[in-house]
Amino acid sequence: MNAVEFVLAGMLAAATPFLLASLGELVAERTGVLNLGVEGLMAFGAVLAFIIVYHGGGHFLGFLAAGAGSAALSLVFAIVTLGFRANQVATGLAIGILGQGLSALFGKTYESLTVRGLPKLALPWLSDIPVVGGLFTQDVVVWLSLAATLAIWAMFAYTKAGLVIRAVGENPKAAHAIGYPVIAVRLAGVTFGGAMAGFAGAYAAVVYTPLWADGMIAGRGWIAIALVVFGTWLTGRIFLGACLFGAVSLLALAAQATGLDVPSQLLSSLPYLVTIIVLGIISSDRRMMQLNGIASLGDPFEH
Amino acid sequence: MNAFPVSILPALVRREHASLAATLLAPPAALAVAILFNLGLYVLIGRDPAAVVYAMLLEPFLSWASFSEVLLKTGPLLLVAQGLAIGFRAKVFNIGAEGQFILGAIFASAIPVWFPLATGLWIWPSMLLLGAIGGALWASITAFWRVRLNANEILVSLMLSLVAVQVLNYLLLGPWKDPNGFNFPQSVMFQYDAMVPILIPGTRVNVSLLLAFALSIAAWAFIQKSFTGYKLQVGGRAPRAAAYAGFAEGRAIWLSLLIGGFAAGLAGAAEVAGPIGQLQRSISTGYGYAAIIVAYLGGLHPLGIVFSALIMAALYIGGDNAMVSANLPVAAVRVFQGSLLLAYLIAAAFVRYRLEWRRPAHRSPS
Repeated sequence: MNAVEFVLAGMLAAATPFLLASLGELVAERTGVLNLGVEGLMAFGAVLAFIIVYHGGGHFLGFLAAGAGSAALSLVFAIVTLGFRANQVATGLAIGILGQGLSALFGKTYESLTVRGLPKLALPWLSDIPVVGGLFTQDVVVWLSLAATLAIWAMFAYTKAGLVIRAVGENPKAAHAIGYPVIAVRLAGVTFGGAMAGFAGAYAAVVYTPLWADGMIAGRGWIAIALVVFGTWLTGRIFLGACLFGAVSLLALAAQATGLDVPSQLLSSLPYLVTIIVLGIISSDRRMMQLNGIASLGDPFEH
Repeated sequence: MNAFPVSILPALVRREHASLAATLLAPPAALAVAILFNLGLYVLIGRDPAAVVYAMLLEPFLSWASFSEVLLKTGPLLLVAQGLAIGFRAKVFNIGAEGQFILGAIFASAIPVWFPLATGLWIWPSMLLLGAIGGALWASITAFWRVRLNANEILVSLMLSLVAVQVLNYLLLGPWKDPNGFNFPQSVMFQYDAMVPILIPGTRVNVSLLLAFALSIAAWAFIQKSFTGYKLQVGGRAPRAAAYAGFAEGRAIWLSLLIGGFAAGLAGAAEVAGPIGQLQRSISTGYGYAAIIVAYLGGLHPLGIVFSALIMAALYIGGDNAMVSANLPVAAVRVFQGSLLLAYLIAAAFVRYRLEWRRPAHRSPS
C-alpha cells in the first residue's frame, strides 16, 4: 500500500472525530451559542464509552452512554449560560476543564488498556476499484457520520427547524417577537452539540484508537471548533475541512513511518499549525466571515 | 406567546446597580459549593471525605513549611492571572497563557544552557527579562493573527499552546538535552547565578513573589489610574462607543496580548530560574489554564486576584497532599478547578441580576 492509498483509505476514519464534534458545534453555534467546552465533552464521552466497552457492554451501549453523558455535561453549560446568562467563553472553558478532569479521574485505572474496535464494512464493487477502493471500506460509524452530515445539511437547507435555528442565531429578538422559543431552541442546540461531541470522543476511544490514554483527545475538540469557522458555518465545507484534517493527521503518521528526517514534534504539531494557518487565511476574508458568521454568537439573550 | 412558559422557575431580573454584596460574596459562595460538590464526588469514588478535607483544605495552612509552598505557587498564578485579567476586561480572550509561559521558560533557559559557566549578578534578571520577552513574542503571533487576519484569538492562542508543548519537547529531546542526564528529557541544572535569590530563608519562596505583588499593584494602577487602561476597559464594555471615540480596537488587542504574554513569560522564567532550576517537561502544571480561573474568581480585579491566586495555590498544594495521604487522583484538582469556575459563574450572575418569581401573565409583551 503506498502513501496515497494509505491516506485515502484512512482519511474518513481519521476525520470522523472532527466531523461529529464539528457538526454538533455547528448546530449549537447556529442557534447563537458558542460552546468552547468541546475538548472536555469529547474527553468525557471517550472515557464513558471506553469503560462500557471494556466491561463488555458493547459499542452500541458505549456510544449511547457517551452521547448521554456529554449531553448531560453540556446541559450544565446550557443552564449556566442560558439560565444564568454567564459569559459563554468562560463557561465553555470551565466545562472543558471539568470534562477533561472527570475523564482523567474515571479513566485512571484504565490507562493503557485496550478494547476491540469495529469491523470495516466494504461497499460491493466500489471497494474493489484500485487506489480509491479503500475509501469505500469503512466501519459503521463512519457511514453513519456521513449520513448525519447529509441530514444536517438537509435540515438547514430544506426544513422549518433549520430555518428557526438560523432565525434564533441571526436575530434572537426578532425570532422571539415572532414567537419562536429562543431559549428552548438554544438549549436543544447545545444539548445536541454535547451529544455529538460525546459520540466523537467515543469514536476516538473505542474505534479509531481503541486504547485508553489520558489526554487522548489531544486538541481534536479545539480543532473541531476551528473547523466550524473554516467551513464558514456551512455543513459541506465543514465536511471537507474534517477530511483535510483527517488527511493531515494521517500524513503525519505516514511521514513518521517512512522515517522522514523531520523531528517527530514537528509532525505532531502539524494539525495545530495547519489550523492556525488555515484560520488566518479563511478569517482574513472579512466580507465572507461577516456574511456567513452568526450575528448573535456568544451574546446572552434577554427580553 | 411566551418564550419560555415556566412559571415555577424564577426569572432573572436586571438590577439597577451592580450589587456590591453579591460581588464580595460570589467567590466564597462558589468555593463553598465547589467544596461540597467535590466532596460528594470523592465519596462516590470511595475516598474518605474527612481525610481529603484535612489534607486538601487544612494542611496547606497548618505548618509554615507547607504554607511557604503555597506562597511559592502563588507567584506564577498571580503573575499570569493579572496579565490575563487586563485582556479579559477588554474582552480579548487570550487563553494561551500556558504556551506563553512555556516560551518564557524556554527563552530564560537559553542563557544558562548556552553559557553554563557564566557568573555574575546580571544572569537571573536577564533571564526573567528574556522570558517575559519570549512570552510576549509568542502572544504577538496571536495578536497579529487577530488584528491583521481577523482570526479568532481564542483558537489561535490555544493552538499555539499545543505547539509550544511540542517545541519544548523538541528542545529537551534534542539540542538542549543534558548530555550527562542519563537520557532524561531535561536540560542541564542551572548554575547558582542563574537562580532567583531566595526571599524567605529556609523556604523555596524567592524574589519573584515580590515581583508578582509589585506587578499586581502596577495592574491596579494601570486599570484605575491610567488613560490607556481606561480606554481598554471602554473598548471591552462598549466597543462601538470606543471606536466612535477613536480608541483603536487593534491597539487594544495588541496591548492586551502583549501584557498577557509578558506576564506569563515572566512567570515561566521565574519557574525555571526558581524552584525547578532547569528546563524540563513538567515546568508548568497547567498554570496557564488555572490562571484563567484565578482571573475570573478574582472578579477580574487586581486585588481580588491576589486572594484567588492564594486560594488556587493552596488547592494545588492541598491536592498534592491529598494525593499522598488520601489516595486522591491528580485529576481531582482539575475537576475541582472546573467546578469552582462554574460555581463562580453562577454566583456572579447575582451581581447583575436578582431572582424574581412572577407569573407569565404579568410579563409585559416585549
